[in-house]
Amino acid sequence: MADIRNNFVGIKSPNPFWLASAPPTDKAYNVERAFKAGWGGVVWKTLGEEGPPVVNVNGPRYGAIWGADRRLLGLNNIELITDRDLYTNLREMKQVKKNWPDRALIASIMVPCEESAWKAILPLVEETECDGIELNFGCPHGMSERGMGSAVGQVPEYIEMVVRWCKQYTRMPVITKLTPNITDIRRPARAAKAGGTDAVSLINTINSIVSVDLDNFAPNPTVGGKGSHGGYCGPAVKPIALNMVAEIARDPETYGLPISGIGGVTTWRDAAEFLVLGAGNVQVCTAAMTYGFKIVQEMITGLSDWMDSKGHRTLDDITGRAVQNVTDWQYLNLNYIAKAHIDQDACIKCGRCHIVCEDTSHQAITSVVNGVRHFEVMEEECVGCNLCVNVCPVENCITMEPLAAGATDRRTGKIVDPNYANWTTHPNNPMARQAAE
Amino acid sequence: MERLGSGHQGGIATGIVAGRLSEAQYETNFSDLHPRLDRHEALVAADRCYFCYDAPCMTACPTSIDIPLFIRQISTGNPLGSAKTIFDQNILGGMCARVCPTETLCEQACVRNTAEDRPVEIGKLQRYSTDIAMEQDRQFYTRKAPTGKTIAIVGAGPAGLAAAHRLAMHGHSVTVFEAREKSGGLNEYGIAAYKAVDDFAEREVDYVIALGGIEIQHGKALGRDFSLSDLSGRYDAVFLGMGLQGVNGLGIEGEDLAGVEDAVDFIAALRQAKDKASIPIGRRIVVLGGGMTAIDAAIQSKLLGAEEVTICYRRGKENMNASPYEQDLATANGVIIRHWLAPKSILGKDGKVVGIEVEYTAVRDGRLAGTGETGVIAADQIFKAIGQNFSASGLGALQFEKGKIAVDAEGRTSIEGIWAGGDCVGIGEDLTVSAVAQGRDAAESINRALAAGARPATAVA
Repeated sequence: MADIRNNFVGIKSPNPFWLASAPPTDKAYNVERAFKAGWGGVVWKTLGEEGPPVVNVNGPRYGAIWGADRRLLGLNNIELITDRDLYTNLREMKQVKKNWPDRALIASIMVPCEESAWKAILPLVEETECDGIELNFGCPHGMSERGMGSAVGQVPEYIEMVVRWCKQYTRMPVITKLTPNITDIRRPARAAKAGGTDAVSLINTINSIVSVDLDNFAPNPTVGGKGSHGGYCGPAVKPIALNMVAEIARDPETYGLPISGIGGVTTWRDAAEFLVLGAGNVQVCTAAMTYGFKIVQEMITGLSDWMDSKGHRTLDDITGRAVQNVTDWQYLNLNYIAKAHIDQDACIKCGRCHIVCEDTSHQAITSVVNGVRHFEVMEEECVGCNLCVNVCPVENCITMEPLAAGATDRRTGKIVDPNYANWTTHPNNPMARQAAE
Repeated sequence: MERLGSGHQGGIATGIVAGRLSEAQYETNFSDLHPRLDRHEALVAADRCYFCYDAPCMTACPTSIDIPLFIRQISTGNPLGSAKTIFDQNILGGMCARVCPTETLCEQACVRNTAEDRPVEIGKLQRYSTDIAMEQDRQFYTRKAPTGKTIAIVGAGPAGLAAAHRLAMHGHSVTVFEAREKSGGLNEYGIAAYKAVDDFAEREVDYVIALGGIEIQHGKALGRDFSLSDLSGRYDAVFLGMGLQGVNGLGIEGEDLAGVEDAVDFIAALRQAKDKASIPIGRRIVVLGGGMTAIDAAIQSKLLGAEEVTICYRRGKENMNASPYEQDLATANGVIIRHWLAPKSILGKDGKVVGIEVEYTAVRDGRLAGTGETGVIAADQIFKAIGQNFSASGLGALQFEKGKIAVDAEGRTSIEGIWAGGDCVGIGEDLTVSAVAQGRDAAESINRALAAGARPATAVA
């Protein structure tokens, strides 16, 4: 059995699956249920400063997009940080941590960008004996209008400053949660590192209008006839999150900085992808909000079974394993040539590969051969783009088959070169470096 | 209450009697076989469509409805647009959604069968859209400016109605001559009651003729009230869509006994009966034949309270014209289907049927022949469902082919200015949907001919 115990910046949990700071972690009742279901850790819903708590809208807070069979693909929310009294939260956190000493409990914090505000709240949080804090520099809606959340996360100097205060005023590990609503995720990550953060977590939600009510001409969710942009999450954002995690993982300036991966994790496979791209653990929200807490059981068994099947013993065996294979486009091997191949036994003859290739790509797939409906790749036209693979409804029906070195590419008539060659030395590249003499 | 649920009250009466069941049981037995999908069901079903390129379902549809498009319109919340996509090709899309043997047409061709053995529910989805449009009485078509041309149509069945609608759209004035009291043809008289409940056939006719420019004269039969030459002299074009009138006979002893009936008459009477309890039915029924008529007669006999219903078909299961789905529906309703049995004689007592002698059959040297072995099945009512034939009169010099009107691909007959379609012609399958396609295509051919300003050359020499 693989050992999936997690040690993230010294915070231990029985597995790498934490619930992210969000509605599911707003109070003891939910968190107790989550721990009972098997979650390894919980980042408590973001605490604000002492005093009257924030208020939420009392109309709809969520919007969504769906795939076939109304599977939820993306969720948008306009809920703010906790709207419960600070001390109620702190009291419950302390009790929950006491009840579940083996689980990770992290306090998410968002207070104004003033040293005094951070200095005031940190000792109160420390008192709960939770395992660490997460700085919410991510929420893109509501709180950002008050100079908090993503308003901080979008200014690297503020990130560095606040992280520095936190490291100064608490002994707890500091995780800095980043907003994806920036142009280059490496800048805020570098700032957090410069401030002394123990780790970063990402991504927070993405600015979004999830849909528009066409009867009322207002964005969804519509509150009294108006809508506001919200924070987008769920399976649809996973690709964006994976890229941002990888960007930080392979940036020489932040290389080795622990990352808690967040964004659309729904299955063990999603989690494993974050881990191999450099995340030390993952945080989950939308999947739980779609299916309930039980999904963690699939994640735990799935990750463990996969590790067993591949001979990986601990999370350290897999964390970051794919980082070295993330590169820039310019370094991709232009001598690697693949062609699509359609398994005729698996083909159901829907013809979608043909029509997308014909209408939108390279006219490389037949529709009729000898008067019969038949879909076959014409290698002399196929550029190996993979579009047909992606639109085919049957998994593994269409596969990409690499051409062996020495074979002839029927499209170009050229022999496949066994040597690696990329754009940096390509003759068509005006900036090409001279090959070594 | 379930179909065939509580069944009989107070024992089973012998002989052909009415009122075998409770009122509630009749109502349940003859309720809609497949209630319409609700919105959620429709969305779930529509999600399964792959929107295939050059979709095989569309090719398999005799009227070439753009099925992927109409299903996509359902998934995007546009059932009216979906209905228009259907009606563009098939103005009787509502009835076709109910009676088409989809399992041998569009749904058989669905690519979902290849990997899952479960097609998209195209028929039910078609009904979903068309029902919504018809309930809202949403008319999608308007007539073009009047052309001054007049067209006579014989028969207000699926072929005639489809032709009438398309011709009226083109601005022509259409007069339909219908021999029966009601329009609809087999849609009104020939479909199992549970497939077209709530007077759907009549409502559909109303929906079609609401376009305008179509007059239907009932009780006017070709050969009795007028001849073909009467029509061709008075109208700019004629379309014949009178279907089949004759019923094949058995030609065996005992066929005249009381209790031996044509299945088509039984089905028609049942359809027209407001009170199903008024239809007398035997205790033991034998239905002869292997097509849809045999199945419809057998199932409905069972639903009327017959104790024992047996279909005897002279060939094997694979030879039956009724689809496997329909065969299963029959057996699920308690009908026994026996193959390789041919009627030899009908046995009677006091002028009434008491049974049927059958002979086992086999294919020998490529021909069906009796084996000499016989048996007797007790029966007090026998339905003949061994096919219909064309027996109209008053057609003058019109040419025939294998007993049906000879036509070319667009429905032109041997006489110029006269077109034909539906069951009375020798092409296509005898299905509602084929009749609609032929009526529609003949209408387009007529329109082209009239627009060309000259009568077309004779198509069939």
